[in-house]
Amino acid sequence: MNNIKKTSRNNMGTIGMIIAAFVIVQILKTAGMINSQMDGLLVPLCVYATMAVSLNLVVGILGELSLGHAGFMCVGAFASAFFSKVVEQSMGTFPRFLLAILVGGAVAGVFGFLIGIPVLRLKGDYLAIVTLAFGEIIKNLMNVLYVGRDAAGLHFSIKDAASLNLMEDGEMIINGPLGITGTPFDANFVVGFLILLISTVVVLNLTNSRTGRAIMAIRDNRIAAGSVGVPITKYKMAAFTLSAVIAGCAGALYSHNLSSLIATPARFGYNMSILFLVFVVLGGIGSTRGAIIASIILTLLPEVLRFMADYRMLIYSIILIVMMIINWNPKSRAWIQKHRPGNVIRSRREASEAGKEGR
Amino acid sequence: MVSFIAYLINGLSLGSIYAIIAIGYTMVYGIAKMLNFAHGDVIMVGAYIAFSVITTAGMPPVVGLIASMCGCMLLGICIEKIAYKPLRHAGSSLAVLITAIGVSYFLQNMALIIFTSNPKMFTSIIPMDKMTIQAGAFRIQTISLVCIAVSIVLVLLLQLFINRTRPGQAMLACSQDRGAASLMGISVNGTISLTFAIGSAMAGIAGVLLCSAYPTLSPYTGSMPGIKAFVAAVFGGIGSIPGAMIGGLLLGVIEILAKTYISSQLSDAIVFSVLIVVLLVKPTGLMGKVVQEKV
Repeated sequence: MNNIKKTSRNNMGTIGMIIAAFVIVQILKTAGMINSQMDGLLVPLCVYATMAVSLNLVVGILGELSLGHAGFMCVGAFASAFFSKVVEQSMGTFPRFLLAILVGGAVAGVFGFLIGIPVLRLKGDYLAIVTLAFGEIIKNLMNVLYVGRDAAGLHFSIKDAASLNLMEDGEMIINGPLGITGTPFDANFVVGFLILLISTVVVLNLTNSRTGRAIMAIRDNRIAAGSVGVPITKYKMAAFTLSAVIAGCAGALYSHNLSSLIATPARFGYNMSILFLVFVVLGGIGSTRGAIIASIILTLLPEVLRFMADYRMLIYSIILIVMMIINWNPKSRAWIQKHRPGNVIRSRREASEAGKEGR
Repeated sequence: MVSFIAYLINGLSLGSIYAIIAIGYTMVYGIAKMLNFAHGDVIMVGAYIAFSVITTAGMPPVVGLIASMCGCMLLGICIEKIAYKPLRHAGSSLAVLITAIGVSYFLQNMALIIFTSNPKMFTSIIPMDKMTIQAGAFRIQTISLVCIAVSIVLVLLLQLFINRTRPGQAMLACSQDRGAASLMGISVNGTISLTFAIGSAMAGIAGVLLCSAYPTLSPYTGSMPGIKAFVAAVFGGIGSIPGAMIGGLLLGVIEILAKTYISSQLSDAIVFSVLIVVLLVKPTGLMGKVVQEKV
């Protein structure tokens, strides 16, 4: 009983932290204390934090490494931008963007489900490499996809723009390697904040539900979980698909903040997936709050420390290695367990209780 | 038809480079039971060492090749000692994999800082006047044949080493049962270091061959071939050296033919689809062994 209270208090803390950050930023904004450079960072910040929440669900809670998460973001970004372009004239800004986010999330969710069917049959290293492969395939396909529209409707091609056979009044929507240009600038900080807040609430609630405990049981011991009747595939699929949906929503937010959306390696490639992984690892694998804080710090830090720009990625890689060794090396783990202030008392109490039971 | 054979030889040449890289993956996976994600970047480092020795210092290509092999060997051992060894008993493949990704990222960014992102033009190890072989309408690059020959020789040498020498037998023993091997007096740490050394030296050779065949060298040169070579290793059955060879050759041919006859932009997607199909249809690969999971 005590334990449950503690987790829900913890969750309230995380949600409170996001809301407090939002309120502070809004106050600073109205007071005019945020310069335009920082202002431009607010939406990407929400995108990255949401991606960190999404990846943390797969890596930290499901316990499988996904190296293709940028691919889901890419799907969400393109699907939502495509939707916005198609209905640009026929809808107002608010319903259009709301629907675009839902479309982005839904399409990414469908991709996550379809990709999850083969991927989740695998384990460990194989699973990681296959998600990487899917991420690259998605990026590749986006670069050869041509979609145009004219009076006769939509035309698709994966060869070139000419083979669409557009009429004279036709316009290109997705132009292969040039991507989508002229997506309406619907994204703003408030919407970004809401997306981050909703996905955090969803993930935290999931973690503390029966489903979430089942998912974590699968992470900790797949065979033991299966033997007590946890349907492994079902829960794995649920977590993976939900993660893809959240990534798709983040992608929708991302694409509506850009004038031209191109599936470049820098934006949706493997390196981006690694960046999200760095957020999750630095925040402490499995901790949603940590992932959010890490993503915010690592997004803001390079802007503050401009002079270190060249060394940023190098430092990230060192952080990744050092964090993993400190957290996972049996010796350093034992040391941390021993010297953590709260743990000294707890371990003493446990030791004495164990002693009592022994007698 | 003539052009088809030329493409096939190109494919086999690229495939033999993949094979040499894949052998490094497969050996490390077989013995240390981990996916050495940084292997592709070791190739890049090897190519940069060769570039510095041959082009910048003006030494003969053979010296460059040897320097590259030695440098990579050293690098491989250091990576293993510093980054992977502390996690060997962590009991989490996720932790090791993320560390390996960190190492890969580290090498890339180190190269980015030292050599900048501007691609370097790599001078081929083949002399200028012998670059191509022509027989009527049939024309191929000498380096293609060199790659194929080198990979065949390396695989044969490695098979001899593993099956006929004591350290080779020790490696085999470690890959089957590490605990039992150490009870028999085999130094497991030493054997793992040796594996990393051999695999990385081969990565050095692969780096030189890769950049001789495709002469632009940048900090990202190694990552794609590295990932594709992993696909090749899985394709052939991870842990098996002949499997890595066959997987590499097949993958190279598939890639070149897909590039020529289907779409140059989609060739990567096609290669990765091969991986997915293989893992779904025969997860152990062409020559891999089925390992039963025990509780």
